[in-house]
Amino acid sequence: MEYKDYYDILGVSRQATQEEIKRSYRKLARKYHPDVCKEANAENKFQELGEAYEVLQDPEKRAAYDKFGSNWKNGQDFEPPPHWDAGFEFSGSGYTGQNQHGGHSDFFENLFGQRNYGDGRAYQSSFRMKGEDHHAKIVISLRDAYTGAKQAITLSKPVVDEQGRVTTTPHTLHVSIPKGIIEGQRIRLEGQGLPGIGGGESGDLYLEIAFADDPFFHAEKRDIYLTLPVAPWEAALGSTVTVPTLDGNVQLSIPAGSQGGRKLRLKGKGLCSAKASGDMYVVLRIVLPKPKTEAQKKIYKDMAEQMPISPRAELGV
Amino acid sequence: MTKTVTYITGTVLDENTRCGLKELCTLCNVPAERIHEMIDEGLIEAPSSSPLQWRFTYTEIRRVQTAVHLQRDLRVNLPGCALVLDLLEELEKLRQQSNR
Repeated sequence: MEYKDYYDILGVSRQATQEEIKRSYRKLARKYHPDVCKEANAENKFQELGEAYEVLQDPEKRAAYDKFGSNWKNGQDFEPPPHWDAGFEFSGSGYTGQNQHGGHSDFFENLFGQRNYGDGRAYQSSFRMKGEDHHAKIVISLRDAYTGAKQAITLSKPVVDEQGRVTTTPHTLHVSIPKGIIEGQRIRLEGQGLPGIGGGESGDLYLEIAFADDPFFHAEKRDIYLTLPVAPWEAALGSTVTVPTLDGNVQLSIPAGSQGGRKLRLKGKGLCSAKASGDMYVVLRIVLPKPKTEAQKKIYKDMAEQMPISPRAELGV
Repeated sequence: MTKTVTYITGTVLDENTRCGLKELCTLCNVPAERIHEMIDEGLIEAPSSSPLQWRFTYTEIRRVQTAVHLQRDLRVNLPGCALVLDLLEELEKLRQQSNR
């Protein structure tokens, strides 16, 4: 198993006082709280912090942990020496209920025991509780959001074994993502969260949708935006051009006299669900050809003579 | 032999989602009293005066769930939760704007 450097995780020295450990934990817990932090691994980081704090805040566990010495590095392969815990007694199988997100590392469980749901000492026999909900983020492409998709996702799921102990195993879920889901929305999978206590029902799993960056399209709620480069004559004289959408190519007619920045709407080509629909907006960007030859420069000069404009009139200059 | 895979279909919490008080309590695993406290604090809005007619949207479901996590994990009190939620929403808006 991998060694966990709890001091390193909490960013404190091995000589830190209990007070310093508490302060550092609270500061980091606020920073990495999964509801607040946008970093992708916030959930794991928060769990790791909880685990580190659970050990170091308890003087007895901290003393036992300190016996391994200070030469171990985080992630290093580790076996505890035999009888390392002689002389310590971890009350209540070591699990203090501090880390309510469940899911301790192998390192923690080997040293301090596992959460024991079937254990009558820990909970009264009549005690029933629904399991914790589990929250996870999944990143999907805009195209998958547009058409709907089937995706396999792997999460570490806690399971209760025959002895009533909880272990985490990687668990693959095949989830169908409905058409027209948008960023920030969540899919609730009933009963796919953490197991209940004392026969209580399992919690739920919430999958929050995030969109992968797309080089061309971006979404604003249900609407899709695309910046479309056009030649000056296409915009000035009007034309029909081929435009990519999330649903394949379509023909779009550009009205004569269009300026750069003009927004053209393709109705219903946004993210449409069964009950709500979105549109696609094509924003024109005029691309000027660079004149290289004298003849080409003359075309611009002719334009300046034939079609003089004061583009900065509004600025008063 | 081909292996068949069953895909689970969940419930999407989207802009059409509406749930009553009882359902909100189940979804967030909290007693109704705590929802009343959150309404009194202005953390979520009660859409009408009679609790029987309350219908909450996905935004409220998320706000209550986040508030429960913040109270449990960081010991933030209710006014603090309301403030954090408002700031988080503002931050999210700004992030989206700066991504464009």
